[in-house]
Amino acid sequence: MKSNKSLKLLPLFLTGMLMNAFPTLAQDDAPSHFSFSYAGALTWVLFSILFVVFLAALVLKQKVKNIRNSRKRKTEEEQQRQLQQHLRNLNSKQIGEIINYKKRRSSNVLLPLLLIAVSSLVPVGKLLAQETGKPAGSLLGETGILITIVLLLIPILFAIIFLITKVVHALDQTKKRHKLEEAEKLAAYLRSLPEEEIDTQLKKRKAALDYSLTNRELSGNQAPEDEKGLLQINDQAGLPIVALKKKALPRPNVDPALSRLILWYLGCATFWLLFGTTIGEYVGIKFVAPDADHVSWLSFGRLRPVHTNAVFWGWASLGMLGLGYYVVPRVSNTKLANIKYGWYALWLINAAVILGSICLMAGINNGGGEYREYIWPVMLLFAAGIVMTLVIFLQTIARRTTKEIYISNWYIVAAIIFAIVITLVAYIPYWQNGLGETIVQGYYMHQGVGMWFMLFTLGIVYYFLPQQLNKPIYSYSLGILAFWTQILFYTLIGTHHFVFSSIPWWLQTVAIVGSAGMAIPVIAGTTNFIMTFKGAWYKIKDSYTLPFFLVGVIFYFTGSMQGTAEAFRSTNLIWHFTDFTVAHSHLTMYGIICFFLWAGIYAVIPRLTGKEAPQITIGAHFWLALVGLMFYTVPLMYGSTLKGLLWMEGKPFIDGVIKMAPYWLWRAIGGSLMWLSHLFFAYNMYKMMVAKPVVDVRETAIQKLNGPTASTHSIV
Amino acid sequence: MELFDNHKKLFGTAALFFVGLTVLVAVMPAIRNQNMNQPLPGAEPLSPDAIKGKALFVANGCVACHTQQVRNIDMDKTWGSRPSLAADYADIHRTDLWRNTATLMGTERTGPDLTDIGNRQPSKDWNLVHLYNPRIVVKESIMPAYPWLFAVKKEPSKSDVVVNVPSEYLDGQEGKVVATRDAMYLIAYLQSLKQTKLPDGTAAPAFLYKKEEKKTAGAAAGAEPDGQAIFTANCQSCHQANGEGLPGAFPPLKGSSVVLGDNLEMYVDIIMNGYDAKAEFGVMPPVGTNMQFTEHEVAALINYERTSWGNNGKKVTPEEVKKIVDFVKLKAAE
Repeated sequence: MKSNKSLKLLPLFLTGMLMNAFPTLAQDDAPSHFSFSYAGALTWVLFSILFVVFLAALVLKQKVKNIRNSRKRKTEEEQQRQLQQHLRNLNSKQIGEIINYKKRRSSNVLLPLLLIAVSSLVPVGKLLAQETGKPAGSLLGETGILITIVLLLIPILFAIIFLITKVVHALDQTKKRHKLEEAEKLAAYLRSLPEEEIDTQLKKRKAALDYSLTNRELSGNQAPEDEKGLLQINDQAGLPIVALKKKALPRPNVDPALSRLILWYLGCATFWLLFGTTIGEYVGIKFVAPDADHVSWLSFGRLRPVHTNAVFWGWASLGMLGLGYYVVPRVSNTKLANIKYGWYALWLINAAVILGSICLMAGINNGGGEYREYIWPVMLLFAAGIVMTLVIFLQTIARRTTKEIYISNWYIVAAIIFAIVITLVAYIPYWQNGLGETIVQGYYMHQGVGMWFMLFTLGIVYYFLPQQLNKPIYSYSLGILAFWTQILFYTLIGTHHFVFSSIPWWLQTVAIVGSAGMAIPVIAGTTNFIMTFKGAWYKIKDSYTLPFFLVGVIFYFTGSMQGTAEAFRSTNLIWHFTDFTVAHSHLTMYGIICFFLWAGIYAVIPRLTGKEAPQITIGAHFWLALVGLMFYTVPLMYGSTLKGLLWMEGKPFIDGVIKMAPYWLWRAIGGSLMWLSHLFFAYNMYKMMVAKPVVDVRETAIQKLNGPTASTHSIV
Repeated sequence: MELFDNHKKLFGTAALFFVGLTVLVAVMPAIRNQNMNQPLPGAEPLSPDAIKGKALFVANGCVACHTQQVRNIDMDKTWGSRPSLAADYADIHRTDLWRNTATLMGTERTGPDLTDIGNRQPSKDWNLVHLYNPRIVVKESIMPAYPWLFAVKKEPSKSDVVVNVPSEYLDGQEGKVVATRDAMYLIAYLQSLKQTKLPDGTAAPAFLYKKEEKKTAGAAAGAEPDGQAIFTANCQSCHQANGEGLPGAFPPLKGSSVVLGDNLEMYVDIIMNGYDAKAEFGVMPPVGTNMQFTEHEVAALINYERTSWGNNGKKVTPEEVKKIVDFVKLKAAE
């Protein structure tokens, strides 16, 4: 009763708190160009944390009260009544055992009591109490920073919820112990019952309870038979080291020629991932050890674009295309139109990355625009590759046997068309003198990321996520909304990389507005994926692909929204030109694109080859990549915020370099973990593609029976 | 819907939509900026050497860490006397058949901005030493070393430019470090990077997001600027944090007769207008004029130099310095 009352008071209390919070904050805030509502947003952040902690406290209080109530000393009479009640509610089996016991007159029935470490509850409570402490300052008044804080707080809130469940669990254990104590009392009481009472009361009751139908009224007396093969009994199940996940289902009807093409795409992609991130790792180490080598071909300025371009055009592009070659014909329900062009495209793109990397290391580059470092003859090879892919994909879609064009193909084909447009705009020289080059650069590098990688990858997710969850995508309409709004807003945002530069002010503003508009496609997409997961969350623990999807979805939201936060003028002041951008691009290109690609690759290859990678190495890949990414990005973001503030205070430039040193070290450590995870990934690729499977005794025996002429069951 | 079920219409619409927006936000503004902006009247085209130097700058990917844009915000004041303008980039055209235009604005400032480096650090000697290995002059620097732009010769000829590299940076090689032509080209390019003066009567755009309260409040309360910070930002890369300079390249300030002597006028003159009197040392640029030091900043700097590294000189007041600053400004203008 009491608790109900306090629950009713809760809303009143909360509104009171809010009413208090707003005016005080508004007054405390120093007069600045930031409007009042930003300070209000801070209140909301603090408020939501307080709210969660408060709710947690309420729940815990209720639990503790329950336990205290049950612990209260009861009067003799009450106890007696309770015991009588237990006696009345005994079931037949229990009565039978009591009678047996009474007969044997033995006294060894009680269960041993469980011990619970109640003391462990105390530190948990303390931890919870600490969550409310938050630093405050004028920086917190800025939208971008607020958004970042909120994004960071989301996992913390989840951690609080997790803690609460743990505490509740511990409390339940305590409750269980009290029940056990009560059971002991009941046992003692039963022991003391006189014989005649058992005969008269309990035996009669037992007879009544024991009455039942025979259960054979409607069936015969023969043994059951599994005519439909529904039962499968594995008598050799051992204890697994890692949790057992579901096996991928083989798809025997994939065209072996297509299958070979896809495997080659993904294999080459893996090579470029290893190559590109080895370079990246080395470049990251150079921040800590600038004198690691003195070779011109390996100097920082030359290797940095080798890293970015190899992972962009080599790894991510080939990986996406490989998965695209699987998805496009499949959702069109037809065969790929022209497999030969697919091979040409593969060779062209590989040639572009090989030549491009050599050129860059030799000091031949296009003039310094990010991701536009390959000179045009090299990029022409890449462009030819994707033009060929576009031709086949369009032909395949034209031949589709479904009426509609599945949303995956919208994203994939649009991504290729846009990539071609972007490359043309970036490399045609007629609008590239003076500031024209800078405007095009801003456009190009961001469209490359958002229209080529993001759009294509979303297409892949729209196919593989529902497939892996074995349920349809939540909303087709949200996918369509995200598609058109992504084109509308993303196209505008390029020049937000040159805020405060001499690019026209209005163009910068358009880019910032576009960045804010990106919230629409991102939220639509995230909602769509999360709602597809809904009702099937339990599948994550049975699958080794779904965790990759989940991480991808989380970073799709946080990484993309962080991009919006960074675009504002106020946040540009602090973060522009610092390593924050580097952290952001890794959160997105790695957290979103790479994780989605891995998810797709682990989903598709076993279907093509019938072979799977060991789950333990897939797990190692997943965790090293995720933990590594966190070690990489969080220190960089923190350090560069400090550095940006130093710059704003007008401190000497070298102070910022000194300040960043420990964070660069952390970045190198995180980068090493990520790199290590790629070694596991490469090993997994080997196991899925090349490694000979263990001999299946039954399968081989049957083949032997059928003789050498019989075809093998191999899929490839 | 017909649009969604017809691949020609669907992809055609998407492509048109994208191309249309692209033309609006990228192609048209690019063309407009390319045609509308003209170089400033005072802008000097790059010398042939500097053009070769720029090619080296591009080839070695220096833009990965060095921006060339002074943004119109207060914190960028350090990098130039005015915000960069569209006109500053207007004279940059396509490099050659193979390479695109290199405005080299940059997106990362892992190293300092170079828009005005020709004014901020004009010393050839410093640049050469720094290029051979940045850590010779800036201990904490993480910039790559470029030893392949230099050669080690046992007996350099008279025309060779010898660089004063401490022996621990020679990796056991014997001889003198000599700058190659590439190194000289690169230095020529760096020295050519200077902000062009606006034509007379043209006001430069303002620096935004000023931290006004702090400055005015500080001056009113009599709180002087931090001399050490000024030294670190403007002097330390040559004279070093320990005030001992670099033998053979940059003179020590510790125990220096200029710093500790009575000739305050000469001292202020050197800070404001630079110095080139001693053959064994490099040329000092007019740091104070370049950075537009106020008398408060000059006084703070002098007081820091006179009381550090064991120096024990007489302190000066901004009022004393102001007269001299005005005087040496006039002298420099003559």
